[in-house]
Amino acid sequence: MKTSRFIELLSADVQPVRRGTVGKTLVLALVIGAAAAFGLMLVTVGLRPDLFEGTGSMLLAIKLLFTMSLIGIGTLFVVAASHPGRNARRRLALTILPFLAIASLGLGAILLATPMNRHDMVFGQEWLTCLVCIPLLAIAPFAALIWALRKAAPTDLRRAGAGAGLVAAALGATAYAFHCPGDSLPFIAIWYGLPILLWTLLGAMLGPRLLRW
Amino acid sequence: MVEGLKGDAPAYKALLSKLSGHLRAYFRGRLVRMGRGVVEAEDLVQEALIGLHTRRHTYDPSQPFTPWAYAIARYKLLDHLRRTKVSFRGLPIEDAEELIAHDDLSEAESAFDLQNLLTRISPKMRQAIQYVKLDGLSVSEAAARSGMSESAIKVSVHRGMKALALLIAKGKPT
Repeated sequence: MKTSRFIELLSADVQPVRRGTVGKTLVLALVIGAAAAFGLMLVTVGLRPDLFEGTGSMLLAIKLLFTMSLIGIGTLFVVAASHPGRNARRRLALTILPFLAIASLGLGAILLATPMNRHDMVFGQEWLTCLVCIPLLAIAPFAALIWALRKAAPTDLRRAGAGAGLVAAALGATAYAFHCPGDSLPFIAIWYGLPILLWTLLGAMLGPRLLRW
Repeated sequence: MVEGLKGDAPAYKALLSKLSGHLRAYFRGRLVRMGRGVVEAEDLVQEALIGLHTRRHTYDPSQPFTPWAYAIARYKLLDHLRRTKVSFRGLPIEDAEELIAHDDLSEAESAFDLQNLLTRISPKMRQAIQYVKLDGLSVSEAAARSGMSESAIKVSVHRGMKALALLIAKGKPT
């Protein structure tokens, strides 16, 4: 077909476009993903009974600070990645800050602790549950974010996928924090950081397949 | 674009026509440098126009238009290159036997094609090319056999090759 004829076809029926649809779709995806992750956490592992008592509540705050800051930065990145022509790389680089913060806190805590306690600090209770649950809780948010990204126009599929994986895993970790009995900084650094990093990598691998348009 | 987003069809059409010119120049420039064809570039122009059209809701009117359009054009180009490369990788490496399992007479066929083309240039050029380029005679031998002067043979070969190249170029879809 001749391109001039093609242009006539495209412009024959132009519907007005509403503004801000990309942002709205992303917010919807985040809400659905968060609700799904939290609901799944409630029906499977359940809330931690002593959630708001003792040192656990303070560590819950740190866990949430870590995961929520990742969600925040990651979402800003995904928004930029949804719009062609915006430089989003710097925002993705910013996500390293929460990781550095929690890693240095964890390392400091290990160094200050007596050697006797170090093993318990790192492995705590249920580190394996943590490692299994966070990635599983991230599946629904990831699907929702991919759905939203497919409606937008990501031009760097690998990074967009990585961003979706990161935010999804951080959402899963946020939900899991309300169950998690692990009460130490190194525990958070390792068993929260690791699944989130893994999901980021997985997202980067899946991005080019799932997001092509 | 802003008018187009509001649903103004003539303005939108004008924008797409103007863009298609820029896109064509961009894709042709890139593809030809890689030794690829003009048809591919035209396909990409339309591909990019579809992309711009279906994703026009991702354009934010408060931002400059060109980076947005360029990002989509670049994405479509990269996507196209990646896809066409994958189709080559799709050939299984285990099929080494296939190379010798079948024989093909395509060399004869392409010679036949050449004979076909030769009938379409003037008899003088045809004869000169037949002698010098195909039968491998020297210029003086060809001159002696055809009764033409050596320089006439040289000129005929030169012109004939040019004419053939032109015919081949025309034969390709453009």
